[in-house]
Amino acid sequence: MINTYVIDRRLNGKNKSAVNRKRFLERYKKHIKKAVNEAVNSRSITDMEHGESISIPADDIREPIFGHGPGGRRTIVNPGNKEFVTGDRIAKPPGGGGQGQGGGQASDSGEGMDDFTFNITQDEFLEFLFEDLELPNLVRKELKSMDDFVYRHAGYTNTGVPAKINVVRSLKNAHARRIALSGKSRRRLKEILKSIEEEEAKDSALRNLQFLQDLNHEKERLETKISRLPFIDDFDLRYNLSAKEPVPSNAAVMFCLMDVSGSMTQATKDIAKRFFLLLYMFLRRNYEKIEVVFIRHHTSAKEEEEEEFFYSRETGGTIVSSALRMMQSIVNERYPTNAWNIYAAQASDGDNWNDDSPLCQRLLEQEILPHVQYFSYIEITPRDHQALWHAYEQVKESHPNHFAMEQIVDQSDIFPVFRQLFQRKVT
Amino acid sequence: MKINLPPQKDIRYDPITTSSEWSFELIREFDRVIGEAAREFRLDTYPNQIEIISSEQMMDAYSSVGMPVGYHHWSFGKQFLQTQGNYERGYMGLAYEIVINSNPCIAYLMEENTMAMQALVIAHACYGHNSFFKNNYLFKTWTDATAIIDYLVFAKDYVAKCESRYGVPAVEKILDSCHALQNYGVDRYKRPSPISAAEELARQEEREAYMQQQLNLLWRTIPTRSEEGEQKKSNHFPSEPQENLLYFIEKNAPLLEPWQRELVRIVRKIAQYFYPQRQTQVMNEGWASFWHYTLMHTMYDRGYVNEGFMFEFLSSHSAVIYQPPYDSKIYSGLNPYTLGFNIYSDLRRMCENPTDEDREWFPDVAGKDWLDTLHFAMENFKDESFIQQYLSPKVMRDMRLFCIYDDDELPEYEIRAIHDDSGYRTLRAALAEQYNLSTREPDIQVIDVNLRGDRSLILKHTRHNNIPLNKETDEVLKHVHRLWGFDVHLESYNADKLIAHASVPTGLKSEEESHLDQFRYI
Repeated sequence: MINTYVIDRRLNGKNKSAVNRKRFLERYKKHIKKAVNEAVNSRSITDMEHGESISIPADDIREPIFGHGPGGRRTIVNPGNKEFVTGDRIAKPPGGGGQGQGGGQASDSGEGMDDFTFNITQDEFLEFLFEDLELPNLVRKELKSMDDFVYRHAGYTNTGVPAKINVVRSLKNAHARRIALSGKSRRRLKEILKSIEEEEAKDSALRNLQFLQDLNHEKERLETKISRLPFIDDFDLRYNLSAKEPVPSNAAVMFCLMDVSGSMTQATKDIAKRFFLLLYMFLRRNYEKIEVVFIRHHTSAKEEEEEEFFYSRETGGTIVSSALRMMQSIVNERYPTNAWNIYAAQASDGDNWNDDSPLCQRLLEQEILPHVQYFSYIEITPRDHQALWHAYEQVKESHPNHFAMEQIVDQSDIFPVFRQLFQRKVT
Repeated sequence: MKINLPPQKDIRYDPITTSSEWSFELIREFDRVIGEAAREFRLDTYPNQIEIISSEQMMDAYSSVGMPVGYHHWSFGKQFLQTQGNYERGYMGLAYEIVINSNPCIAYLMEENTMAMQALVIAHACYGHNSFFKNNYLFKTWTDATAIIDYLVFAKDYVAKCESRYGVPAVEKILDSCHALQNYGVDRYKRPSPISAAEELARQEEREAYMQQQLNLLWRTIPTRSEEGEQKKSNHFPSEPQENLLYFIEKNAPLLEPWQRELVRIVRKIAQYFYPQRQTQVMNEGWASFWHYTLMHTMYDRGYVNEGFMFEFLSSHSAVIYQPPYDSKIYSGLNPYTLGFNIYSDLRRMCENPTDEDREWFPDVAGKDWLDTLHFAMENFKDESFIQQYLSPKVMRDMRLFCIYDDDELPEYEIRAIHDDSGYRTLRAALAEQYNLSTREPDIQVIDVNLRGDRSLILKHTRHNNIPLNKETDEVLKHVHRLWGFDVHLESYNADKLIAHASVPTGLKSEEESHLDQFRYI
């Protein structure tokens, strides 16, 4: 008697709780976000690769039920008596009020629970970090990158790979073929069965045995003929057909302009790098196909690879317009504005060669801003603003929707400013 | 320490394996021989479905109370994170198995277990718990093992359907409130009709229509002429106090939508399914422990397993039934495995080697057939009555049980009874009472609904031994209010004297309240 089935379930998904876990994170989003925002400020520049441990006060997370509180009269049975005898009286610990006995009822009150602590993954960490952020003014441009496709169901076909077989269609065809090919035989078989029946119904004396034998013979022949029809044949098979359809893409490019001149101290450079790193991670995560152009400048600008941009050291004087000019020429060369959403983020300590600031303003207003979706400027300085800031303020007034500027004083401002610049706007 | 195993009595076979690695063939082979022995001991079981799972899957199973399917809810996610966190930090190990009261009886075995552990778990879950599920009267009366999986599938689909139609937050709110009351969603005395998913689905729409009609009668605001005279006679509703709060709400809450009532019903039905488990913890775990112990020794006696295997088994077994004394740092109440195992083991001893004391205390047990006695004890009791009936003086002595009386008005604890002649009966009665669910949970019932006035709901809490409610009560009342839709009052009585009162009035506009209001207009 086999009464037991042994099943190997290890290959089944192990993430059955994923939905419930997600619901939980959703519900306590406020707490988690707070912890994430605090964590991002205290982490080092390269240290974004792991998750985070989140704590939520136990009180906020309790699921209340009716239960007994402390007090009243209780009788509790415990094991392991050593010296007590009936009638002994033991003084209660001061202020304990009957807690700590650990007996069945006392533990129901669930007092003294610690904070609820759990881990979120790096992915979730970044998701919470970049939630509600987006590139402003993103629009669909022309069908540019033709590598963006969706597969759409487009009927059925006679040829294909086995993985694409459409079972229902194929069986329908097989069924139809069997009906069609066996029609004549089955009709004939029906007649013969009827004749056999009639013949057998006759009185035994009248029965023509030879005729009956022939009929039976014929019946068997027909039955084997019908059964020889294959249940399913090659040409019954139908395959699902999918067609590739190109989809319009949001082609976008982000220009990162960073000042590395001599006036930038190591601390301000570090802040600028952190800002761009955050920006870069945000783009990589939320906009798969975005291109990023890194430009560093002192008196002259230079396009860099990601690696060099973040890590190489080079200094000199400051001419901000060199970076803007460089950006403009790259746009003209490689990113036609009818096909690309263009973004730029610029970081500087506000130091500029004085005659250059009006030039920057003119460049921005006349050459750059008409073609870009959004230009953000951050100034990293604890000191008073200089000419560049004041020039940019005028730009902001004339282009409020496409230009934003913020000041960062120390490291803890980075993320709030970042949020401010890329906050999703309710439209 | 030197341990000697008793000599094997009845060697007929070679050991099945001498390795600690398990394999599917070995599991089948062990199941076959354990099952064979179990049948000789008349253990009557559902067919077994043994599922091998990984530790991650075990954590999944934990957070859904072991159920293979369940509706989605954030609280299960919380449970999961908690388990995962504790496990990863090494605060807790995972259970070796989880077993589900279903037909076939599903038992999860962890892949990390050694062969000896797998054998222990098969004996414990697939034959111990399984036979308990099939034969204990509470389970037979209250649960339908063949239907539960289908019902859970129905519940999951229904909740998902509601979520897509009314939104996750709206569904979550109702479920939160129901969960707060799930211990008050069981019928204690009436037998419920068995649940079957097919029937459930067929009847569900019919029920929606019917219930709405019933409600309309109850809440009709335009009085008819003939009714006015009638009203004077029967102005009390409900006519008798109702202890199944969720049932009362499902049937009578004025403002719930039909789908919301169905959600209340789902939580109630699932709570009802778990009700027997909450009442038979000592009996059920004790039974399973007794049988893994007995079956493993039978395996050893017959030569199926060798001494190394038995040592591993015994070390796990003693860990499972270890009872720390009351003054130990790790003491957290009586261990139900220990208590149950000791009672069943002592029952067998009394049958096989009775003493004079046993003959005096247990004339019906001493010297009788031990299998008959144990099966009878397993089938016909719940924890409370089982302890009252079978806790023997020897077990009380062995466990050195003692009883403390704690009155919050007195400055001292009093030792009421210990394990001696004068104390046995008191001790036994006190321990039985400790496992009485109806005194372990506060007694709260619906006593009145203001039908013609403000539609308020009045709950009565009857204090037992003057024990007050805990501080979460207000929060729970808000949940009741959310379901009921109008004012909710809770009156706390001690011996017919009203001593405390709590209300969640509709007028109140705290933060919580204002989203309760939103809920009302969904």
